[in-house]
Amino acid sequence: MAQATEGKRRPKGRELAMSREELTKAYRDMLLIRRFEEKAGQLYGMGLIGGFCHLYIGQEAVVVGMLRAIGEGDQVITSYRDHGHMLACGMDPGGVMAELTGRRDGYSHGKGGSMHMFSKARNFFGGHGIVGAPASLGTGIAFSNWYRGNDRICLTFFGEGAANQGQVFESFNMAALLKLPVVYVIENNKYSMGTSVDRATTVKDLSRHAAAWGIPGAQANGMDVVAVKEAAETAVAHCRSGKGPYLLEVKTYRYRGHSMSDPARYRTREEVQQMRSERDCIEGARTKLLALGVEEAALKAIDDEVKKIIQEAADFAQASPEPDASELFTDVLLEAEAA
Amino acid sequence: MTTQILMPALSPTMTEGKLSRWLKGVGDEVKSGDVLAEIETDKATMEVEAVDEGRLAQILVPEGTDGVAVNTPIAVLSGNGESVSAERGAAPSAPPPPPARPASARAPAPLAAPPPVPAAAAPAAPLAEKEWGEVKHITVREALREAMVAEMRADERVFLIGEEVAQYQGAYKISQGMLDEFGPRRVIDTPITEHGFTGLAVGAALNGLRPIVEYMTFNFAMQAMDQIINSAAKTLYMSGGQMGCPIVFRGPNGAAARVAAQHSQCYASWYAHVPGLKVVAPWSAADAKGLLRAAIRDPNPVIFLENEILYGHSFDCPVAEDFVLPLGRARIERAGDRVTIVAFSIMVSVALAAAEALAAEGIQAEVINLRTLRPLDIGTVVESVRRTNRLVTVEEGWPYAGIGAEVAMQVIEHAFDWLDAPPVRVHGVDVPLPYAANLEKLALPQPEWVVEAVRKIA
Repeated sequence: MAQATEGKRRPKGRELAMSREELTKAYRDMLLIRRFEEKAGQLYGMGLIGGFCHLYIGQEAVVVGMLRAIGEGDQVITSYRDHGHMLACGMDPGGVMAELTGRRDGYSHGKGGSMHMFSKARNFFGGHGIVGAPASLGTGIAFSNWYRGNDRICLTFFGEGAANQGQVFESFNMAALLKLPVVYVIENNKYSMGTSVDRATTVKDLSRHAAAWGIPGAQANGMDVVAVKEAAETAVAHCRSGKGPYLLEVKTYRYRGHSMSDPARYRTREEVQQMRSERDCIEGARTKLLALGVEEAALKAIDDEVKKIIQEAADFAQASPEPDASELFTDVLLEAEAA
Repeated sequence: MTTQILMPALSPTMTEGKLSRWLKGVGDEVKSGDVLAEIETDKATMEVEAVDEGRLAQILVPEGTDGVAVNTPIAVLSGNGESVSAERGAAPSAPPPPPARPASARAPAPLAAPPPVPAAAAPAAPLAEKEWGEVKHITVREALREAMVAEMRADERVFLIGEEVAQYQGAYKISQGMLDEFGPRRVIDTPITEHGFTGLAVGAALNGLRPIVEYMTFNFAMQAMDQIINSAAKTLYMSGGQMGCPIVFRGPNGAAARVAAQHSQCYASWYAHVPGLKVVAPWSAADAKGLLRAAIRDPNPVIFLENEILYGHSFDCPVAEDFVLPLGRARIERAGDRVTIVAFSIMVSVALAAAEALAAEGIQAEVINLRTLRPLDIGTVVESVRRTNRLVTVEEGWPYAGIGAEVAMQVIEHAFDWLDAPPVRVHGVDVPLPYAANLEKLALPQPEWVVEAVRKIA
């Protein structure tokens, strides 16, 4: 299968896949996710967020780059490391944070929590807590596009841990059979909880996971938002043209533990530090923007704007009341229309 | 500007921990992401990373301190550009009290009493069934097909997906001819891949289509259990009502004949256990047609448990174009006054045969066909028991935590004073179903078992 991006040098003189304006926007979107997640970690530490909370810090370029390649009406689905996907889909940071704190104004009125959030208005289909399940569900969302005969596509995200689940391969098979418009995105952050990818599969190039079904695959550098967007454009164009599914392995890294309660003894502090100091996607975008002539002051203004949004989201999420006790019984079943 | 660093919670259950080591000292510069300290929780030793940037101005809790409560201030950080000494001078001699924990944090305020269950405590009186006029004699197989065809003609969003449903014309010929009428876009053959195609169908339903998923038998749906329960049944709730899942899972359930343990199992109580699902178990052709049409129109996930042996049985079925039966209503198939026999699916035939035999002995049994197992029409059952004062339940499945147990318990809750004898359960024997013809017969409820059960109490 073609190796679309990683390791391939850009021919001299070719335009960047992102303009200065677009990279500025991507920088802002990544920073919004980072600051949101840092705040979520802080609120968790204060006991305001409970249960499982999986932070996206380090992986921001993946979702931001991928989403810059899709358009109005396209759909997004992912598993439980999902806060970044929601913000990138344009969901309100206050509504997401209020769901994390389990409050009335959260996207699910406090009944979903960190792992289960949805926005029909933003075409975001969750937020799913079961490893591998979003792959089949995303295939079904793509099926609905195929069934309706429109040209929409579904971006279906899952981790490299999920990539070994049986239903993922079942989904690849059916998507290939029906030529469904689905881009599968493996966010390979190297560790499925504490198990490194080397200990979970003998196939080192996960973009080859769908080769048996004739699905094209490629890898991309997930620490570079421009590289992600470039790879995403190839994948999306393939899908949109009716050629069927496409598999993209985006190599990334999470700086924090699997969840808040992960002591992360399976990797060294040096490994994490090296990724942070040498490969960080936000620092990388910042360096590029400065080289493109963007003023420090302009970046500082973005930092300040993002900080303000996150502070407001955190305040909102703490001020919002807990759901009313009557909420316990709502949304179990929908009323059937009168026959 | 100074910022207090608080003792963080590092696991869902942590309330206090040991501050085992400081990795930054007073005066050190701190960047976001730097490790400040190590904390021992009940589970592990964890690192605490800085969120805010600045200079460590003061350490309030020395390393080695045990039992530090979550949210206790452990250090003070001074803002960028501020001098540490100035902060030190300004620092209070004693650490400020920890911020009041909001009432909503972690442990919600206990409710004075459990909130009321919205379902009416007293079962509603049964409603008379609508008269549908002219009937014709058709098989359950034809009834199911007619239901799907009618709904697919009426609603472009409805489609049928499963193994062998299209070109093979259905493993049990339920979908015979449907590929010809609706084409391969709406009658879709899948590979043998229950988990995957169930997830696919649920995804399509979340995005507004109305799939009918056919399982060759419900035994194979066990491979898809996660998508049925965790995705189909729970998403509406988890999304705060945003995302419904209008989908029907249908196929033969329970024992067929001589196919042994892995292909002969009743899943009624498995699915009926789950909030967010409706569970239907038709007996007659009219049940099959009327209930399947309602299931397809229902905006919720519906488990539709058919029976292979009944597929070829014929019953009168209304011919009216708009014939449909409401979900959640039982039907009295035979009136009586001495005992109420509650059954569903093929066990209605067994109950009726038993009632016939009992009538010869002068015992008039009332036979109730549940039709829907969730929501359960306990009103019809209770109304009957208040007249007969006796209850016998009949099911093909195992007794433990079964449908009979649930029906009996609800009758006890609602009509204890009307019972003249303890309820009796007739059920499949509590073993995997054997292959040998004689053993199989010994394991599945027979009319004589029901007669015997009634004789015990009537």
